[in-house]
This record gives sequence, C-alpha cells and structure tokens, in this order.
Amino acid sequence: MAVDMAQKPILVVKDLNVHYDTGKGPAKAVSDVSFALRPGERLGLIGESGSGKTTMATALMRLTKPPGRIVSGSVELDGQDLLQLSDKELREVRLRDIALMPQGAMSSLNPVMRLEEQMIDAIVAHKPGMKRAELDTRVQQLLQQVGLAPEVARRYPHELSGGMKQRAAMAIATSLSPKVIVADEPTSALDVVVQRQVMQTLGRLQDGLGAAVVLIGHDMGLIAQFADTVGVMYAGKIVEIGPVRAMIESPKHPYTKLLVESLPGIEVKQALVGIPGLPPPLVNLPPGCPFNPRCPFAFERCVRETPLLQQVALGQAAACHLYPEHSELPPLPARAGRELQA
Amino acid sequence: MNRFWANLKRNYEQGRISPILLVGLAILLAIVLFGAIGPLFVDQVNANVGAVRPRKPPGGDYFLGTDSQGRDMWTLLIYATPNTLKMGLIAGFVGVGVGAVLGLIAGQFGGWIDGIIRVISDSLLTVPAIAILVIIAGNIDRMSTFVMALVVASLGWMFTARTVRAQVLTIREKAYVEVARVNGEGPWEILFKEVMPNLMPYIVASFVGTVSGSILAVIGLEALGLGALEEMTLGNTIYWSQQSSAVLRGYWWWWAPPIVVIALIFIGLFLTSVGFDRFANPRLARR
Amino acid sequence: MSALIEARGVTKRYGSFTALDDVTLTLSDSAPSMTAIAGESGSGKTTLARMMLGFIDPSDGVVEYRGKNIATMTPAEKQAFRREVQPVFQDPFEVFNPFYRVDHVLTTPVKRFGLADTEAKAQALIEDALKRVGLRPQDTLGRFPHELSGGQRQRVMVARAVLLRPKLIVADEPVSMVDASLRATILDELRTLNQELGISIVYITHDLTTAFQICDNIVVLYRGTVAEAGAVEQVIGAPKHPYSQLLVSSIPLPDLSKAWGGEEIPVTEANAARPNDGCKFAPRCPHVMEMCWQNPPPKYMPDAQRLATCFLYRDAPVSPDADVASVFRPPLAAPVS
Repeated sequence: MAVDMAQKPILVVKDLNVHYDTGKGPAKAVSDVSFALRPGERLGLIGESGSGKTTMATALMRLTKPPGRIVSGSVELDGQDLLQLSDKELREVRLRDIALMPQGAMSSLNPVMRLEEQMIDAIVAHKPGMKRAELDTRVQQLLQQVGLAPEVARRYPHELSGGMKQRAAMAIATSLSPKVIVADEPTSALDVVVQRQVMQTLGRLQDGLGAAVVLIGHDMGLIAQFADTVGVMYAGKIVEIGPVRAMIESPKHPYTKLLVESLPGIEVKQALVGIPGLPPPLVNLPPGCPFNPRCPFAFERCVRETPLLQQVALGQAAACHLYPEHSELPPLPARAGRELQA
Repeated sequence: MNRFWANLKRNYEQGRISPILLVGLAILLAIVLFGAIGPLFVDQVNANVGAVRPRKPPGGDYFLGTDSQGRDMWTLLIYATPNTLKMGLIAGFVGVGVGAVLGLIAGQFGGWIDGIIRVISDSLLTVPAIAILVIIAGNIDRMSTFVMALVVASLGWMFTARTVRAQVLTIREKAYVEVARVNGEGPWEILFKEVMPNLMPYIVASFVGTVSGSILAVIGLEALGLGALEEMTLGNTIYWSQQSSAVLRGYWWWWAPPIVVIALIFIGLFLTSVGFDRFANPRLARR
Repeated sequence: MSALIEARGVTKRYGSFTALDDVTLTLSDSAPSMTAIAGESGSGKTTLARMMLGFIDPSDGVVEYRGKNIATMTPAEKQAFRREVQPVFQDPFEVFNPFYRVDHVLTTPVKRFGLADTEAKAQALIEDALKRVGLRPQDTLGRFPHELSGGQRQRVMVARAVLLRPKLIVADEPVSMVDASLRATILDELRTLNQELGISIVYITHDLTTAFQICDNIVVLYRGTVAEAGAVEQVIGAPKHPYSQLLVSSIPLPDLSKAWGGEEIPVTEANAARPNDGCKFAPRCPHVMEMCWQNPPPKYMPDAQRLATCFLYRDAPVSPDADVASVFRPPLAAPVS
C-alpha cells in the first residue's frame, strides 16, 4: 500500500458528468465528479445503489451504454484524455492501460470457452503478433499471479468456484499489465474468507504492477481494509474524499459519519441503526444539498444552495455547508423511535 | 363493474395498455365488424354464381367489381372474410388449447407422460406440414370450413405445447411459487393463479402465431383447390381467380381484395401480440 | 423445555454429495430466541433452513414440529405448520410474481388462513403489518414489485411473514441482496419482532457481524457438519474451532487497528487427494494432527456455552447431548437500547 504522494497522478478525472435519458428528463447519475489517482494508490469509492458508482466505473473507459451518455468532463490517463480519443485508439487503451473488472465479473466469462482461450483472446486483440508458445507462457504466468493452478487454464467457467472465477476475471484484467484497474464490486457474491483472499490477491497483483486501483463498493469495512483513499458518493456526487484513516476516525460529512456509525462490530452489541429515508431520485434533482432531507444537521442554506467540495482538513475534502465555519461535526442527536419511511 | 373501468383506466395510464395494442385490436375489430355487420348492407344473393353481370371492373353498381362467374366481389368479400377468420380462430383455439393442456401436463408431471408428449410433438414438428395437410385434405370426402380448421389444427398444436412446457418448468422453480405455498395456496390454485398468468404472454403469442399459421395453411390448401369449394372463403376466391387466369387477364379486383384483407388480419394479430406483452409483463410498460 | 422445532440426526444426500451430515438442533418453545446458522456456500445452511420450512425431507433422521414429523404431516397439520413457520427469502425480487401488485402476497395469506372475516379488517391487518416494518401503506400498496426498491420489497416480505403471527421465522440471508444502509434497519426490525411479538428467528447468513449483533446463539456449519456452536459472544467473540477462527478473522472490520487476515493453509494436491474419514476441515487446517484424518471429532465443550468439534479440545468433556442447542445461552432479558 505504498503511495508516493509526490508522484504525478496517473489518472485525473475532472468534472465528469454522465446522464441517463429517461422519459421524464435526464437522470444525473454522475455530477461534476473530480478526483486524482497516483500510481500504486488504492481509491475506494463507496456508495449505495443509485449513487452513481457503477455508472462512473463504466464511464472511465467510455463504456457507457445508451440511454446513458457522457455529457462533459475529462478522464486523463497518463496525460491523455480518454473521452477525446477515437474509438480505435480507445480500444487499444482499454485493457492495455486501464482495465475493468465489471460487477458480476464471474458471469462476464464466456461459458462456452475454456479459460485459456478467453485470456488469449484478450491478449491477442492487443498484440496480434504473439506466437502460441509465448501466449501459453503468459497465460500460465497470469494464473500463477492470481493464485490459480496451471490446469485451471483448460477448464470452463462452470467448473470453477465463485472465488476462482473472480480470480480468472482478475487475470484477464491484468493480462496486459495496465496502469489502472477499476474493480466494480468484485466480491459481492463471495463469502467472507474467499472475499479476503480475492482482495489480497488483487492487492499483491497491484503492487507487482505498480498499478492504481479504483475499488467500488458499498461495504465500508472492505474498503477500509483495502483502500488508501476513500471517496463517498451520494446522488451522483462525491460528498467527501480523503485518506482512509481520517474518513473512518473523523468523518467530516454527515452522510459519511452516519455510514461509519451504523457499522456494527463484533465486540459489543449495539442498536442497529441505518439511515432513515431514501436517496433522492436523480431526475429533476431539487436544488440544494442532495442529502439534506435525511441530514440530522441540515439547516436553511442546505435546502437552497448545493455545497461544493472544499478542503476541510489536511488531505480531506467534503461538500457540506457546515464548513468552513465549523471544523468538526457536532455529535449526532439521539434518535428517538423509528420514523416511517416510504 | 366500476372497478373494471377504474382498473382499465389505471392500466392505460401506467402504460400497460399501449397504443400498439389498441391499434392492433382496432384493426381486428374492424375486420370482425366488416364480416359481422357487412351482411346487413348487402344482399347475399349477389355473391352466388351467376347473380350479376360478370367481369365488371369496380365502379357503378359494383363497388369492387365482379368476377368471371358473375359474383359481386364486395358482397363476396363480406361473406368470405368471416368464414376465413372462423377457420383461423377454430384452428387457433383447438391448436393452442390442445397444445397448452399437453404442455402443462408434460411440464407439471414430468416422467413418462412428459416423454411421450415430447416424442410426439418433436416428431410432428419436423414433418413438412403442407405435404401432410395436402394428403389429409385430399382424402376427405365432405370438406367443410369446420373440418378444414380441424385438419390444420392437427399439425398446429406442437409449438404451443413445447413453449408452454418449457415455461411451466421454469416457473415452477421460481421463488414466488414457493412463497405461494407458504401463503397457503394449494397446488391447483398455484397452477391457475401463479403459473398461468405468467404463461399468458406465451399462450397469446402462440395463439397469434397459430392463428396466423392456420390461416396461411388454410389459404394455401384452398388455393390448391382442396378447400370446401362450395363455401365462400378468401382462399377459395384466390383459387377461383387462379382458375380463371385473373392475373393474366388483369382482373385485379378479383385477386387483390382478398390479399389486402389477409394482410390486414396478419397486421392486426401481430400488433395485438406485441401490445399484449406490455400488458402481461408490467415491467415493459412505459409512459 | 418443550421443543418448537427439532431436527434429529438429520442427513441429506444428493447422489454422492452429502449436504448435511447428522445434525441435531432443537429450538425451544419457552422463550423466543434468535439463532444464527452460519457458513459459506456449500455448508448446508440453506439445506437445513429448507428442511425446517418443510420444503425438503431429510434422507436420514427426522425434522419435527411440535412433536410431529413434518414429512408425514396430513394436509391439515401441514396447514397449521405453515401458519406457524414462515420464511423470508434472500432475493427480494424473485419472490414476487411479476404479474401481480405487491398486495397479492399480503392478501393471499389473509384469505387462505382466515385471518380476517371482513375486508375492512383484512385491510387494517395488512396496513398494520406494513407499518410495523416501517413502510407507508399508501406508498406501498397498489405498486408493482419493480416499482419498489430492493429494501422496500424485502420489508414487504417481512410484513407478509408477520401477518400470520408465526412462532418461527426462518430468514435465509434476508439482507445480503439489500443495500448496506438498509440492512441495519431490516435486521433491527427482525430483532424488534422477536422482542415485541415473541417470534423466534432463525437467521441464515454468512455475515458473522450481523449474526453477532442480533442473535443469541450461533451454529457454524462446515460442509454439512457442525464445526462450532454456542453463545455468539463465545463463538464469534473468541472462536475456538480453526474454521470459525478463519471466518472471524476474515471479517473486514472498519477498525484500522485490526487488519484482516486469517490463518489458513492452501489446500495442497496431496491433501486434497488424501482419503479423509475424519474432520472435514483437515485439508485446510493450520493445526491439523494425524488423528484428525482418522475419525470425525466429537462435540467437545471447552466452555459452558460452547461446543467445538475439534481434537484440539480433546481434554474438554464431550457434550452429553447430541443436540447442539444444549449449549445455547438463554436470550437476553433486557432489550438492547
């Protein structure tokens, strides 16, 4: 997990906007999202469903499908804006420089092809001249890196367990030694032991490649154990971003604070509280802070004006009107009774 | 009754009843009315052979002209359309009815019953239907529209049986069937309340396909002269027009109107089937 | 203690694959309890749940509800059983028939079990059940399943189960397909149902954190056998069986002072091929001894409220009762605030 903060960022996302065209108007799935990633850095993006995190993952490589479309913004990989490239140039960049492990990567494996064929397919699409012998060696190398036995190459996906399939997807994603790996909920269907093994494999792979990782998920515990930097997404925006320690120990945005406080541990039995209410619909989003209906600290300005992401502590930025007047969040008010929700 | 209209209105607003469905149903309704009410406006006598002056093009007394046997085309069309529709519908109902029942039994009970049904339906599916139908039709002494419909239905049930069977097998495994069990629903109730509604899109699609296919088969057989030749049907009209070389002679008002009506029937059936899917599958409804 | 539901020596085989191997578990009638059954996929936890719900019958052994063998119940007895034992399933979408509005799953049990004699009473019953799980009836009734979120759908399913005021709810991974922020709420509702309405809950899960939070006792299954069982404070707080230890140490905690990591040995080819008549965890166990391969370990009781089937504890007494619930602690008296 060694990140050299002095290095130039390898991935710079600026003011990215992705909309879905619905019958009632555009749904702003990703709104003015900006962040930077250094080589070797692990960024965890956390959010509920509907927060825009998967939309963002696909948008990074311009894989957005209609009715979604990238409206504005830039995604600079090593200085090159991916959103401005031609289709042909972008196809070369995909997998070679930036790779995606999509959600449900396990089911993105072709069920009627052996694993080695799928891996070779991916490599050959970028390096057509490689000989069969070289390809076989590379396949074995990749399998070993993800901790799979050599004979797995000849197997079909249905013969592998969930964890093995996920590792196979990881092998494909890293087959060309990309600079950035985007992993969208890579362990969602896996049990706790396999999850840890898969994440540790990903970490090892990444260290070996010197690549940066964007990990997208909803499990704060998982992200805390894996990531260096955490970004919290809500209603398509990043509402807080900062080093993982700071985010967990002193969260600045009320949503982050509620998320962290609602996490149960295994030391003490506590009252289980979620966050009452539902995320707002992304179509015709009302003005003001999108979190204000559910925010225990909301005041009049929050309904009127959308807060901008601003630096609130060293390396930590939050989009909340409580800052810069306040420097810390007040303690959460005690919650009496349960409110009815839609 | 008020609940029915209120539900209808709500379904329309939610997009379950789409314009496509309404257009399809409208076309079918128009054709049915054409055949149902049409006779009120014409004299059936004019459709008989030798009733009017032959080979007259459209115009004047004869709205769609007359054929070389002295029949008024407009009157003939009004009487022929419902007969053809009738055959298609009978073949459709019998074919889909038999097919759905067999499919349900095969899917629900499995085992050797399923095996037998599958063997029969699969073998018949590979048989060239027209050839068999020609043989069967050619060997029937007293052909009528009803018998014609049954002949065609005999080879029209397999597709429905296979489709329904596959769906029953899928639906039986669904979690909501288990929920129905714990909700206290008995096995027959589950079959009718949980399984059948989800079969409806497939059955309706099969019905439309079977009716369309049956009408085509019927017309094909009639055009070969194997139909009930005394009856007034669209296919027979085409047959007679062929016998009199209407195409060569330029009597377009003899062979074109039946074809137009046939085409409209198919369009109506198709649109209804597409539109019905939105109704049966609320997830597709859009407003 | 009279038994509410009892699984005695239950084994389930599918061809040559054994999903459950001689499991005995009794839930008592006296106090409504919350019991977790945990394990990875393939552990047999779902098989055990489905047996408790009367969906499958055991190959060996028997599952009894109030003393009657579920497999041989008459339809009337089965109906009464269904009234008292209800499920909450994992997938909040597949459980709804897409043809009907969500009202269907609520009105059907009211009718089938005769819960109300007038339509007004039925409506009141349904609205009350929905409110209990934190849903607004006017925003929920009349909608189709796809118009509600996963969390809302799952709550409707919980409301459905509650309608019947069952004695036991078997919840099979009820929140694993629900958003993280809603999980806490739904699980809290289950706990409230247990405390306010006296409904016993069997919580099937692979998430030990939530099992710890809402349950009193837990049974950890590994490949069809009980690895460890007992009070959650013991089994999760200080696990003794190497498998439980592996599970607990793999939990990603948001506490950065506790890095995750588990002691596990990768399964070597030799170990995988070795014929094993003993402990099923032997090929993966970091503390494996020669005796582990020879015989399956008995249920040792290294603590008063815990049993572990592991030869590491062979100096401890063997549990005299085949029933793993014999080491369970009673539910806590005071509700957690």
